[in-house]
Amino acid sequence: MKNKPPVFDNLILHLHPRTIPKQTLKFTLTWGLGGMALVLVLLLSLTGILLMFVYEPISERAYESIMTLHETVLFGAFIRNIHHWSGNILVIVSFLHLLRVYFTGAFHSPRRFNWIIGLGLFFLVLVSNFTGYLLSWDQLSYWAITICTGMLDYIPGIGTDLRMMILGGNEVGAHTLSIFFTIHIVIMPISLFLFMPYHFWLVRKTGGVILPLLSNDKQGGDDGYVPTIPNLTTRELAMGLGLIAFVMVYATIFDAPLGVRANPGLSPNPTKAPWFFIGIQEMLIHFHPLLAAWVIPLLITLALIILPYLRYDSGSTGAWFCSRKGQRMGIVTAIISLLVTPLVIIYSSLFPFFPGWLPNIPTTISNGLIPFMVIIGVITGFYIIMKKRYEASNNEAIQTLFILILVAYVILTVICYYFRGPGMELGFFQ
Amino acid sequence: MLKHKKHLKQNEELQSTSESGSSRRNFLRKLWIGLGILALIEFVGVVFAFFKPRKPPVKEGNFGSLIEAGTVESFDPESVTAFIRGKFYLSRLKNGGFLAISRKCTHLGCTLPWDSEKKQFICPCHASAFDITGDVVNPPASRALDLYETYIENSVVKVNTEKVIKRTGFDVNQVVKS
Repeated sequence: MKNKPPVFDNLILHLHPRTIPKQTLKFTLTWGLGGMALVLVLLLSLTGILLMFVYEPISERAYESIMTLHETVLFGAFIRNIHHWSGNILVIVSFLHLLRVYFTGAFHSPRRFNWIIGLGLFFLVLVSNFTGYLLSWDQLSYWAITICTGMLDYIPGIGTDLRMMILGGNEVGAHTLSIFFTIHIVIMPISLFLFMPYHFWLVRKTGGVILPLLSNDKQGGDDGYVPTIPNLTTRELAMGLGLIAFVMVYATIFDAPLGVRANPGLSPNPTKAPWFFIGIQEMLIHFHPLLAAWVIPLLITLALIILPYLRYDSGSTGAWFCSRKGQRMGIVTAIISLLVTPLVIIYSSLFPFFPGWLPNIPTTISNGLIPFMVIIGVITGFYIIMKKRYEASNNEAIQTLFILILVAYVILTVICYYFRGPGMELGFFQ
Repeated sequence: MLKHKKHLKQNEELQSTSESGSSRRNFLRKLWIGLGILALIEFVGVVFAFFKPRKPPVKEGNFGSLIEAGTVESFDPESVTAFIRGKFYLSRLKNGGFLAISRKCTHLGCTLPWDSEKKQFICPCHASAFDITGDVVNPPASRALDLYETYIENSVVKVNTEKVIKRTGFDVNQVVKS
């Protein structure tokens, strides 16, 4: 390319390495998910700033300012739609990115700490979505936030105080909007823009995108290195522009939902949490809140954090699902989880289960401690059986547990989102 | 040789002074660290105090104030009357006693409607149910509904919505007798 402004070379080749292993160009290695997440964050920032010119973060005016945006501001609805859909797609994309990194084994040393930073970023994404959810101040958001923060009450000791601090009072109100708005437009963006570069820098520092390890551990893979410009940059550009185009088309066709104005005197039936938390809500229907909303999510979070630091039989292989054996185990596990989880849910909804069998014991135990011990027992047993039957390495065995829990959570989400209606009754809805 | 010995002696002197000086240094170091920890605790305390939720200004007759519900006779036995601004229900039991019951479900905080046919508060969120005294009839709620301090003055029922009474279950002593 003649007469290209030198800044492109300087900036691009500052952020990227000059040459990259040819094998890392393969689309199905990363699916471009990390890059997509970055593009979405930038889209959200841009549309977010535009929205701030019109949105009024005051409980009496918030809903009305969004109506104003829709009705009188040029492209107002379009901007809001892009913002809303980008936010939701970002949760999905970051989650898929997490799965990709896990299943390609890209979390072992030396990438272990970057996994932690990535988890932190995912947490920031969820908080951004959660705080943003309240801002439209319609019935859906008001009550979703009410029940989600209601779960804080169940933390022993500090729970109620924590809830009152986050809400700024005893219930969702004007004070809550101020708090959530500040977190959403200042604290989250600053945190994201601090940790994202750190995350990207660590990717480069720890050797870039994961590659299948060769027997002689040769750097650069089989096919050697190719220049970043144009090989990587054209692909990044294509993915980025393609994603932006997709979001824009989606935002043109589908409107971001806006229900009726929030009414603290009337809870809608049913009242559902934001979709990314709805799996937890499904668990709440079956278990004591302490178990469903705290113990289980906390343990899963802890498990994700220590995941890279467990003792593994081998390091990164760069191969999807560790190996052929890992793939087979994974499929078997997914099918088992797919079949058993709905059955347990349906049984639990039709028949009394533990609290019914033990009515005289406080529900914290009959509907909390006991199901918890059963779950731990089942997971442990499954691990031992699968490891033995397949003579698996513990990489593969742990991976199989990951898949078991992952599929179960997806099923919980799907059931509560699509198959629960008024009174949280099971049926066909949505 | 003499110079060397002089150096050695100077070193020894330095060492001996630094030994007594190191205990002073240690003391000052510990003092700094102690004060630093104190400052940190104070800072955390100040942050929490800053973010402490404050009660919004309360209008007369609204939630957070003393509400005059009405005369004793104006409420039928076995009736439940909703007070929207006060955010509570006034239950009059069969024996004529009163209970001012919070409209918030104790499960996760949804607002409860009163079903006069089933004679229950049934939560639209997860189907918890409570009876006319606010006691739990159906899970997933595990705690009876909160009460507000109620008393009768000159045959007028008064509810202090500033004072919440939390309870696990219904007890006859909670009823305000008319």
